[in-house]
Amino acid sequence: MKEATTGPVRDTGQGEPVATGSAPTGPVVAIPKQGKRKSVGRAGYAAWLMLLPALAVYIGFVIFPMLMGLQYSFYDWNGVGASTFVGIANYTEVLTNPVLLGSILNAITLIIFFTLIPIGTGLMLASLIRSMRQGPAASAAQTILFLPQIVPLAAAGIAWAWMYAQTGTVNQFLNAIGLGGITRSWLADYNTALPAVGLIGSWVLTGLCTVLLLTGIGKIDSSLYEAVRLDGAGWWREFFTVTLPGLKQEIAVLATLTIIAALSSFDIVYTSTQGGPGRATLVPGISIFRIGFTQSDVGLASAFGMVLMVIVLLVVLPIQRLSKVND
Amino acid sequence: MRTSRSELFLGRLLLAVAIILTLLPLISMLSAALQPADRNPTGLVWPTDPQWGNFVTAFEVGNVWRLMQSSAFIVLGVVPASLLIATLAGYALGTLAPKGGRAILIFFVAGLTIPFEALIIPLYYQSQAMGTLNTQWAVIFPLLGLFMPFSVFWMRAHFINVPKELSEASRVDGASIWQEFRQIQLPLAVPALSALAILLFLWTWNQFLLPVVLIANPLDRTVAGALTFFQGQYSLSIPLLNAGALLIITPAIIVFLIFQRQFVRALLQGAVKG
Repeated sequence: MKEATTGPVRDTGQGEPVATGSAPTGPVVAIPKQGKRKSVGRAGYAAWLMLLPALAVYIGFVIFPMLMGLQYSFYDWNGVGASTFVGIANYTEVLTNPVLLGSILNAITLIIFFTLIPIGTGLMLASLIRSMRQGPAASAAQTILFLPQIVPLAAAGIAWAWMYAQTGTVNQFLNAIGLGGITRSWLADYNTALPAVGLIGSWVLTGLCTVLLLTGIGKIDSSLYEAVRLDGAGWWREFFTVTLPGLKQEIAVLATLTIIAALSSFDIVYTSTQGGPGRATLVPGISIFRIGFTQSDVGLASAFGMVLMVIVLLVVLPIQRLSKVND
Repeated sequence: MRTSRSELFLGRLLLAVAIILTLLPLISMLSAALQPADRNPTGLVWPTDPQWGNFVTAFEVGNVWRLMQSSAFIVLGVVPASLLIATLAGYALGTLAPKGGRAILIFFVAGLTIPFEALIIPLYYQSQAMGTLNTQWAVIFPLLGLFMPFSVFWMRAHFINVPKELSEASRVDGASIWQEFRQIQLPLAVPALSALAILLFLWTWNQFLLPVVLIANPLDRTVAGALTFFQGQYSLSIPLLNAGALLIITPAIIVFLIFQRQFVRALLQGAVKG
């Protein structure tokens, strides 16, 4: 790959990740090439010296543990005694054990609630309102929509466990509108526990998606809307020909963030259901925690960790690829 | 042409519903927290006899003051050091751009997708080997590493947008790299740094998995990590549990309300620029 040695530096810091209050995972973004600078010698040494502390903590506390985890995943070890090499047996176990596969399936189901509902709601709101007018009402709305990003996920789990309780607000509301017949303890019911946990995720992420998409839609050239309206297009065609393509970048960023949040959910589940009832809301994070620390099967838990990392990559990379096409 | 009236009305209505649904769980918590501690509360009720004393009880029983101190210690261990380290690295990658810098950047960016759960098992045995297990350092050290990909990426994105002429001019004037960094680059980086500081504060304050696994005594964890302890402590009293959880949420909300403009901008910046 050739890099331009002359000419202006094209990189203007595109594709900065969006941050959320809930998790420090950002999307993987393609890094635009930097024009090469003549920075050998003095500046080169200085640069490497300045990179050293960052590399040290990153390698020391992320890369090294990851390699340790990879090593553990090939052993049968209870965390204290001797360990035996078992080859890929732990991986076979992860990919064949119905309990573990079930927790992966639950995490994939959560994507509906963590990704589809928030982005869908956000898109609907954004395309209807088009742009948030500046003003106290708009900024108050924005502040409120951002609140779930500030609340610790663990506390969101506690708040909603109470909402869903037998005497909680959800049932109170259902009784009030005459649906008293379907009231129940939502998190204790095998059929409703997983969707109920999922909706906590929707609560956390919908505000973020809405505000981000509203900001994005405000940046779409309004002449595009005028043109399509003059063509006599209805709401649907306008949505698919102007709004959706114009928000591709934002949607890709949000999809990446929210899918990672769904696949690696832990806090919400831990404080609301702990994976129960039975295994109804068991997710990979809770499985790893239990296998590793309750059952002391360090090798299996590590293998599951590796599998989870690969699943996240498999889901996230194509989104990044897709969002770059046609740009 | 503006959006049609009916669409705008529908949009406003939906927005109002979204806002109400966002606030509902928090109001519901408050409602529960104000009901008598020794009875099972009922959903949303207007507090005719608000039990503000529940907050005092929750504060004492939950050792909230000690938890806040422990959290503050962890935040102070993570945030300033992260900012310093990431600024140096961001400047090196964004402005100095050494040979091989691009590879290093990709190396960091690759870390953005790693779920914390995937590393929690080895992190446990690592902190055991280092002798930091069950101390706040067991959380501080890994968080420095885990936040580094984002922090470096964030700061690099800032430095790459600083006009090259600035650093070249100061170089011509005979300033050393260090002088240029201190006197020209650092003052310009303040907005990016403060946004990053707010994000890192929140992520550390709200961090749950690491403290739960790596610190056995809940009183030495972050406040978020101690919520499990609250659940045990107040398992008999939903009003107290909600009061305690509200106490824990409050500092983060105060920080958010004070810095909300920077915060919202920080959160949105990325996607908008992309």
